[in-house]
Amino acid sequence: MIVNWLIGGPQGMGVDTSANSFARSCAYAGYWVFGKREYHSNITGEHSYFIVTVSDKPVHSFRDKLDVLSTSDERTLRLHINDVKSGGAVIYDAEISLEALNIKRDDLVFVPIKYNEIIKETAEKFGLGDVKKLQVMRNSICVFASAGLLELPAECVEESMKHIFTGKRTKVLEPNKYAGLVAYKYAQSFSHKIEKKLPKREVETKRVILTGTQATALGKLAAGCRFQTYYPITPATDESEFLESIAKKYNMVVIQAEDEIAAITMSIGASLAGARASSSTSGPGFSLMAEALGWAGMNEVPIVVIDYQRGGPSTGLPTRHEQGDLKFAIYAGHGEFPRIVLSPGDIEEAFYIVVDAFNLAEKYQCPVIVLEDKLLANSVKTINQLDLSKLKIERGKILYDSQNGKMLKKFKRFEFSEDGISPRVFLGHEGFIFWNSGDEHDEFGHITEDPENRLRMHEKRLKKLQKIVEETPVEKKIGEFGNPDSKFVVVTWGSTVGVALSALEELKEEKGVELFLLQIKMIHPLDAELVKSKIKGKVKIAVENNYSGQLASHITEKTGEFFDHLILKWTGRPISHDELISALEKIIKMNYKEKRLVLSAGI
Amino acid sequence: MQNFQSIYRSDVESDWCPGCGDFGILSAITQALGELEIPPWKCAIFSGIGCSGKTPHFINAYGIHTLHGRPLPFAIGAKMANPSLTVIAISGDGDGYGIGAGHFVNAGRRNVDITYIVHNNGVYGLTKGQASPTLKRGVQPKSLKYPNLNDMVNPIALALASGYSFVARGFAYNVKHLKEIIKQAVIHKGLALIDVLQPCPVFNTVDTKEKYMERIKILDGNEFPTTDIKKAFEKALDEENLWIGIFYKNPEKQTYEERYSEILSSYPSECPANLKMSDEKGNPTTDISEVLNNFLC
Repeated sequence: MIVNWLIGGPQGMGVDTSANSFARSCAYAGYWVFGKREYHSNITGEHSYFIVTVSDKPVHSFRDKLDVLSTSDERTLRLHINDVKSGGAVIYDAEISLEALNIKRDDLVFVPIKYNEIIKETAEKFGLGDVKKLQVMRNSICVFASAGLLELPAECVEESMKHIFTGKRTKVLEPNKYAGLVAYKYAQSFSHKIEKKLPKREVETKRVILTGTQATALGKLAAGCRFQTYYPITPATDESEFLESIAKKYNMVVIQAEDEIAAITMSIGASLAGARASSSTSGPGFSLMAEALGWAGMNEVPIVVIDYQRGGPSTGLPTRHEQGDLKFAIYAGHGEFPRIVLSPGDIEEAFYIVVDAFNLAEKYQCPVIVLEDKLLANSVKTINQLDLSKLKIERGKILYDSQNGKMLKKFKRFEFSEDGISPRVFLGHEGFIFWNSGDEHDEFGHITEDPENRLRMHEKRLKKLQKIVEETPVEKKIGEFGNPDSKFVVVTWGSTVGVALSALEELKEEKGVELFLLQIKMIHPLDAELVKSKIKGKVKIAVENNYSGQLASHITEKTGEFFDHLILKWTGRPISHDELISALEKIIKMNYKEKRLVLSAGI
Repeated sequence: MQNFQSIYRSDVESDWCPGCGDFGILSAITQALGELEIPPWKCAIFSGIGCSGKTPHFINAYGIHTLHGRPLPFAIGAKMANPSLTVIAISGDGDGYGIGAGHFVNAGRRNVDITYIVHNNGVYGLTKGQASPTLKRGVQPKSLKYPNLNDMVNPIALALASGYSFVARGFAYNVKHLKEIIKQAVIHKGLALIDVLQPCPVFNTVDTKEKYMERIKILDGNEFPTTDIKKAFEKALDEENLWIGIFYKNPEKQTYEERYSEILSSYPSECPANLKMSDEKGNPTTDISEVLNNFLC
């Protein structure tokens, strides 16, 4: 059972907060949720909306078609009314004339809410004064009305509101609750007219509800990262702001740098001193980091960079979703140096992969780029309680020997070794010194242009890539879902894994079609043999939120295997469950001849 | 105790040109660190790109030769991660006042306890003499195809305006004077700029050592350093005389480390670099359950 709910309104008026509150309410009632946020690059006024998909089973993606459209303004009503499924319900402001808007949907249940009247009454009861300033209360009213309509217990909404009205806002909790309950009771009287309900249910497991940026931040914290830098950029900033909110207890130094060049170079400096250090950014900022990535590669410094991809190139679609940075992440920076590119498939995996990222960075002494994206960053999802016992900290080769007052040791930081990895000491390590240089250097780190040294030193660094492929366990390189014997293999990465998984499940359950889904988690270095063995001989379909099918072409380059179909989307909106199903069906059942299949659903 | 002064000079041979002012700066740095008896392993020296960028290789300390224009943010990262380090950043004028100008200004806003030494010779020496941000408009050293079209930046005034809590200028051929400034800058709690006039004997055919000698005057030790920023600006903006010495010093200004210590519960005694992040078996020691509880459902 799935209930698909949408709330919309002017940007900056609390749509995001209301949606998170509704999602949390459903989670408290024992449901699984996936919430997708859409917003403009604008502070206030433009239309933004949030879809929350609620289910009694784990849910991996949002849906297009709505069961409940929850509105308090005219624009949301107008823009989304046609997405409501027959038999669905619409919550709207009783002062709006449906007739005037030419809305003729007699297949829907309309729930008129007297927002102004409720707000006025609440203001009088609590002596709140200016009613105009209380319009933000529409959000709570809207959420409570939705809950009433869906028979979602009011106490679940009240509980979730406590998480929103914190700090200075605690004092408005009661008025919001009061206003909300008025709407709740009224909307309840319509619930017999709709089929789907959300009564309280027993929860199978202990769960948490997190956004992608929060899961990523928590991964950093658990991994021992205490140094984070950033320059404000959508959609990455939320992660750093979340870390700032918990920095005090954990002694985490979070620095808002003057630009992304400073951000990454500060992190490299901190890493040299022995900290686990990271920077988070999005495409434009990641572009600025390219030169410093090379320096970290050249000097074998562990560093973790999160790139939350958004629509590019240039400023692109700053608040919209895209997976356009894959090739750039693999190649960013001039010259050749080792780096690792990882990409989590969902919010839960983001937490664990970030911990892996720090371990890999330190083990192989190189930059690790974690490719996330806007959908992953801003979505909210119920996931299994994070299992901290699964985590391990691996710091790689570090020398803790002390010189104990002996002569100063000029440490060969880049000593040639069997496996290409030389032990590290940190700045300030007693009795030692070493040098680093972005110039080609000898074992001590001093500049040299000697060809013999270059031959060995360049290879010392680059041969780590092979070692990374060999030593990383399969389950950290790829994810496998569905039927491996299927004739069709769907290959994807990043948050698109969610919708692919969701489509796969429905195709199996409702159409009896079984597909094999291959997720690439370690994009670079790619385990070409492994990937090849999984896709060879099958009809290969890549699903990506970009124009050129970057993962597909990367795989082709490394494996020699060509893709039969590319399902692509670059409108800045993530691929939806419904459109992916129809695209896959076209290929599977209709013998679709074209290689490219372009999607465009969503506003 | 080891004789730090003698061990601060590394055995790496320098490839600077004969007569280069960089030699004087190098000597002043190694002497200052030696006299301060700072163990080399407590000291991290960051540099940018250009002739000045090579300096750390000639010093026995942790020497990090970074990117063009970026030694400051690298150095800030290291210092904030481990505030017990003595951190020095070294730039050239192109590095510090050109490509790294954004970092120059923003570092001032933070006042991290770092010493920043900028080799200032008016040209991009290593790329054969193009105009740097400190070259006067209208002059034409030998590599320029026509007289310089850009006005020069005034590093002392810029540092004062940006919030540096210690602002000084030295002369590469007055090693003793420079060494004393460096010692004071390292001791100073906060961000210290030392702009060092360091004529490039090969490419700056305009501002030669001799020309500098004519104009240089040493600030009166009774009046300077001052905490009166207006007085410091006055000297910085003096077009007739080229003042060297410490213009401004404000040890009262809160450092970035101190500002963070007010925000974080036990920084800097617990700092990012000394976190014990796991037990012997590699299990993480960070307990995130308190944060996670807010998200339980």
